[in-house]
Amino acid sequence: MGMSQRRRLLAPVGLLAVGALALAGCAEGDSSGSGDGGTEGATVRISGGITGTEADALNQSFEQFTKDTGIKVEYTGDKGFEGNIVTKVTGGDAPDIAIVPQPGLLKTLVDTGEVQKASDAVSSNVDEYWGEDWKSYGTFDDTFYAAPMLANLKGYVWYSPAKFKEWGVEIPKTYDELLTLTQTIRDKTGAAPWCAGFASEAASGWPGTDWIEDLVLRQSGPDVYDQWVAGDVKFTDQPIKEAFDAVGEILLNPDYVNAGFGDVRSINSVAFADVAAKVADGTCPMTHQASFLSANFLTVKNAAGQTPTVAPDGDVYAFILPRVSEGELSVEGGGEFVAAFSDDEAVQKVVEYMSTPEFADARVKLGGVISANKGADPSLASSEFLTEAMKVLQDPNTTLRFDASDLMPATVGSGSFWKGMVSWIDGKPTDEVLSDIQAGYNN
Amino acid sequence: MVTRAPVETRPTTLGFSLNSFFRWLGGLNPIVQIPIIVVVFGAVVGLILLLIEYAPRPGRGYFWLRLAACFLLPVLAFMLLRPYQNAVIYVLGIAVILGAVLFWADYRSRQGAGYLFQLILFAAPATILLLVGLIYPAISTLVQSFFDKTGDNFVGLDNYIWTFTNPEGFWSVINTLIWVLLAPTFATAIGLAYAVFIDRAKGERVLKILIFMPFAISFVGAGIIWKFIYDFRQGDQIGLLNGIVTAFGGQPVTWLAAQPLVNTLLLVVVFIWSQTGLAMVILSAAIKAVPPEQMEAAELDGANAWERFRNVTVPGIRSSLIVVVTTIAIGALKIYDIVAVMTGGRNDTTVLAFEMVNQQQRFQSYGHSAALAVVLFIFVLPLIIFNVRQIRKQREIR
Repeated sequence: MGMSQRRRLLAPVGLLAVGALALAGCAEGDSSGSGDGGTEGATVRISGGITGTEADALNQSFEQFTKDTGIKVEYTGDKGFEGNIVTKVTGGDAPDIAIVPQPGLLKTLVDTGEVQKASDAVSSNVDEYWGEDWKSYGTFDDTFYAAPMLANLKGYVWYSPAKFKEWGVEIPKTYDELLTLTQTIRDKTGAAPWCAGFASEAASGWPGTDWIEDLVLRQSGPDVYDQWVAGDVKFTDQPIKEAFDAVGEILLNPDYVNAGFGDVRSINSVAFADVAAKVADGTCPMTHQASFLSANFLTVKNAAGQTPTVAPDGDVYAFILPRVSEGELSVEGGGEFVAAFSDDEAVQKVVEYMSTPEFADARVKLGGVISANKGADPSLASSEFLTEAMKVLQDPNTTLRFDASDLMPATVGSGSFWKGMVSWIDGKPTDEVLSDIQAGYNN
Repeated sequence: MVTRAPVETRPTTLGFSLNSFFRWLGGLNPIVQIPIIVVVFGAVVGLILLLIEYAPRPGRGYFWLRLAACFLLPVLAFMLLRPYQNAVIYVLGIAVILGAVLFWADYRSRQGAGYLFQLILFAAPATILLLVGLIYPAISTLVQSFFDKTGDNFVGLDNYIWTFTNPEGFWSVINTLIWVLLAPTFATAIGLAYAVFIDRAKGERVLKILIFMPFAISFVGAGIIWKFIYDFRQGDQIGLLNGIVTAFGGQPVTWLAAQPLVNTLLLVVVFIWSQTGLAMVILSAAIKAVPPEQMEAAELDGANAWERFRNVTVPGIRSSLIVVVTTIAIGALKIYDIVAVMTGGRNDTTVLAFEMVNQQQRFQSYGHSAALAVVLFIFVLPLIIFNVRQIRKQREIR
C-alpha cells in the first residue's frame, strides 16, 4: 500500500468514528419514548395482519391522535402475522402493540406472559361501549387483557337485487324459504344459483367453517354454540352433523353450485374473494360471505363494465342468512383485539385511544370497515350496507357470537376444521370428516 | 432446530442494533440516506482493512490484539444482529472465519505462544458459539421431543408415536422418503443424460443455459410458476396440464388434490425441474475432465458408445456423481417452500420440514415439532456420514 504510516492509521479510525456517530442516532429502544420526558415525540410500533390499503387507512386513522398528543403511531402489516408473532414475542422482539385477529391466538400470546393487562381506562371503555361478551373474548383467567378494535359481521348472503326483481323472488325469512328460493332460481335460469370459494392459501377452507358456524347458531341456538366452542359438544354430535347436512343441501348439490366456476369440487380451487366478480356481473345469483366482501366490490365490474353499486336497489346487496326457526336474530361476528406488550405511557395512551369511539369513528370514516363500538356513529360508514351492518352489531337485541373456529384451539380452529371443510367438498363422507376434525383436538 | 428463548429473560443488547439502525435510516430523507450508507460501508471496509493490516504483524502486543479481536468482534456482531432470527448462525460464521484468519496470521508471525495454546485460544469463540448455537439447540430439541406441546410435562415417546400414527405426521414421513428417493435419482439421471448428449454438441452453451435457468429461480418462484401449470378450473383453462387434458376431450383434473401420491409426485417434479440444471452443470464439467486418451483407448478396443459410457465415463465422474446425488438428496429432505407455496400441506402432501414449522408456528405444538425435527435429523444423518466417508476415502487415494 502506498499510504504513509499515519494515514494508514487515521483513515480507518476516522471512518470508524463517523460510523459510530451514525449509529449513535439510532439507539435501540428509543422507539417508545422515555417515561419521565413525557410522551411527546414518542413512536409506538403496531404490528398486525392487516395489509394493503386497509393498513394505510389504519395509519391514517391516528392522524388526529398524533396531532393532539404528539405520539407517533407506526402500523406495519405482515401477511404472515399469525405464524410469526408468537415466535417474535417469545424471542424477545415483540412490537409495542399487536392487533390480533383471533382470540385463540390471543390466548397463546397471553400464555407467553408478555401481554400487559389492560388498564382501567381501557377496561371501563370496553364495559361502556362493547358489553360483556366482547370483553370475555379478551379475558383469560379472570384477567382482562385486550380490547376489541374493529369488527365484521358474518353470515351475509350477497345477491343481485335487480335479478331478484326480474325473477320475482323475495328475500327469504327462513332457511327453508332460502332452499325454496334456490330451487326457484335454478328452475328459472337452469344454472347454479350459488357460488362459493374456499381457497385462501394456507387458510383454505375457512369460508366453509363460517357456513357451518352460522348453521349451528341458527339451528341449535347460542347455548349449543357455546358448548361446541368449549369442546363439550363434539363435532361428531348430532347438532354439528345437522349443520353439515343443512349446508350440504346447498354446497354439495351439483345443481346448486358452483355458479360461474364449475362443479362442487371447484369450490376448493376458487379464491374466496373471486366470487365477488361473479356476483357483480350477474353470473352468480347468491354467495355466502362476511360483511368484508363489500370491499371486494370496489375492484370488480358489473355486467355493463362499471363498478357495481352496493345498495338495496343496486347491482349487489346482502341479506343476513335467515334463521331456521322463528326467534330472535342470532348472528356471528369476528374482530381484532389490541394487545399491548409494553406498559410504557405512550403505548398505554395509544391502546386507550384505540378503545374509544373517537378511534372507531376515525377509522370507520376512512371506509371499508365497521366497528362494534356502541359509541361509534354508524352513519360514518362508507356505504349504506356497512351502516346497516354496524347497526346490527350495535343493537343490544342482537345475539352475537364470535367466530367459533377462531375461539377453538388452533389445532382444530385453524387446523383440522379448515382441512376438514376442504376434504368434505372433495367428497369425503360427512361422518369421516367430522371424526377427522374432532381428532384435531388430540393433535 | 426448534429453539425457544426463556420467557423471563430478554436477550442482552448493546443499546443499538442493525435493526434499529435501519429503522432510523428508513426515517430519513432518501438523499441523506445515500452518504450515510456510503460512510457506514466505508467504516466496515476500514475495519476489515485494519485487521488485515495488523493481523500478520509479529510481536506480543499484536498477538493480544488479535486475540481480543477474535473474542470481541463476534460479541459485537451478536449485539448488532440481535433481533434477527438467525443471528447466531451469522455470528458463528463470523467467529469461525475470524478465528481461522487470525490464527493463521498469528501462526505465520511465529512469535506467539505454543501452537496448541494458540489454537485453543483462537478457536474458543467459535467453539463456544457452536455449543450455544448448534449443540445446545440440538440437545434441547431432543429433550423437548419427549415433552408435551407446552414443554412442561414428560410424555415419553408420545410425540414419536404421534409422528408415525397421526395422518399429518405419518404423511410427512412417507412423503419425505418419496422426495429423497425420487428427486436425486431423477434429477441426476436426467442431468447426466443431458450432459452426455450435449457434450461437444453444436451450441452446447445455449443448450446448457436452457436447462440451467430453472436452477436460478427460487423454490417459491418455481412453485408459483408450476401452480399455473397444474391449475384447475372448469370452463376456460389457464392451467397447461388441464388445457392439454381438455383438448383431448378429457375432464379437468384437480392435480394438486389428486390422491394418493399423485399430488406429491407432481410437487417432486417441480423440484426435479429446478435441480436438474445443477446436476447437469457439475456432471458436464466432470465429463470434460475425463481424459480423452481413456476414451480413445476404449474406442480402439472396440467398445461401443454405451460401453464407453458405462466403463469409462461413469467411473471417471464417480465422485462428482456422489456429490450431486447427496446434495440434491439433502435439498429434498429439507424441502419446505414448494410444499408451502403450492399446497400448504393439504391433501397429504406435507413433508417433515413443512410440518415441523406448521406444528410450531401455527399450533404452538413444540413437542410434535421437536419430534419431527429429530426424525428429519435421523434421515439426514446417514447421508452426511456417507459424504464424510467418501471425502476421507478420496484423501486416502491421494
